[in-house]
Amino acid sequence: MSTQQHDTRRRNRAFFLIFGLVAVLLAGVVSAFASSEPDGLDAVTRQGCTVTETERGEQVEGECIAQHAQDHALAGSPLADYTVRGDSRLTGVAGVLGVVVVLAVSGGLFWLLRRRSTPDETPRTD
Amino acid sequence: MTTPMAMHMSDGLLDPATSALFGLVAAAGLTLAVLRARRDLDDRTAPMAGLVAAFVFAAQMLNFPVLPGVSGHLLGGALAALLVGPAVGALCLTIVLVIQALMFADGGLTALGANVTNMALIGTVAGYLVALGLRRFAVRGRAGLAVMAFLAALVNTVAAASGFVVEYGIGGQGGVSLVGVATAILGVHILIGVGEGVITALTVTAVAAVRPDLVHVLRGADRPLQLRPSPVARPEESGA
Repeated sequence: MSTQQHDTRRRNRAFFLIFGLVAVLLAGVVSAFASSEPDGLDAVTRQGCTVTETERGEQVEGECIAQHAQDHALAGSPLADYTVRGDSRLTGVAGVLGVVVVLAVSGGLFWLLRRRSTPDETPRTD
Repeated sequence: MTTPMAMHMSDGLLDPATSALFGLVAAAGLTLAVLRARRDLDDRTAPMAGLVAAFVFAAQMLNFPVLPGVSGHLLGGALAALLVGPAVGALCLTIVLVIQALMFADGGLTALGANVTNMALIGTVAGYLVALGLRRFAVRGRAGLAVMAFLAALVNTVAAASGFVVEYGIGGQGGVSLVGVATAILGVHILIGVGEGVITALTVTAVAAVRPDLVHVLRGADRPLQLRPSPVARPEESGA
């Protein structure tokens, strides 16, 4: 039984490692090839407006929903817009940092929330 | 070259009252999700759920072209729900959205409730319901599973986009006609949903090929539909 449990644990660890590596590769490498066009929601909220790039960001002129969009309260934060201090060549770095933080926060939360049932402690309720 | 990669609703698109209302809706849904999630989390599925959240975050960065000048990206609610269940999946998406808003200035802080409602709650639940409806085809083989995942993801995307339409109808700013917004948003999200469907089908079938026991919807953990257990649906016997 203990060998079987050991094998299972090793199999789990191998799978989790590969899954995590895929996420890191997607955020760190593949993200460089992502389209930088506005997504569906952004595109629709911009309909009716002309958007021009300026040094201080985007200028939205005309009559559209996006005109009412406010600058993000944290727009000045170091990783804003998936860059590193505004450098969009470092999107991959920002992405990997994001993967690590999401994994740490969610992994930690789910680990705390989980049902704790080791064979020794499980009460025989049924 | 500043190309902002904003992917979610910014602040200011909805009026403050509507933003607050959907903050409450999100809070209520998340409370239910936390209560339900415990049931689906154990020593094996908890790390899986953490990785699913990380994977969804990564995949959301990958905008693919859908129309000239318009891109789309995975939302991931159906993907998460199929792999770790709807309650845990909703929490995965919420963690992703909160970190995107706080760390990457993506998705407004006052719009967080609406973004969570659309992508973490509506999309996830809608996708999971489709998957449940098609589960008997999915347990038969890889093609059935792929079709189920594709349709669940497509419905997830369109449902999440419908959430935005409802919110815009209740308290949207900008004086653009609701019918116009609805047509444009739903039209483009059907196209995005096809991309979401392909990515979800590839991911779920890849996981199922090596670890079917880590695909929540195949385990039938919460509501076994079949009287005769199929090999994949049978829960793993762990000697106690």
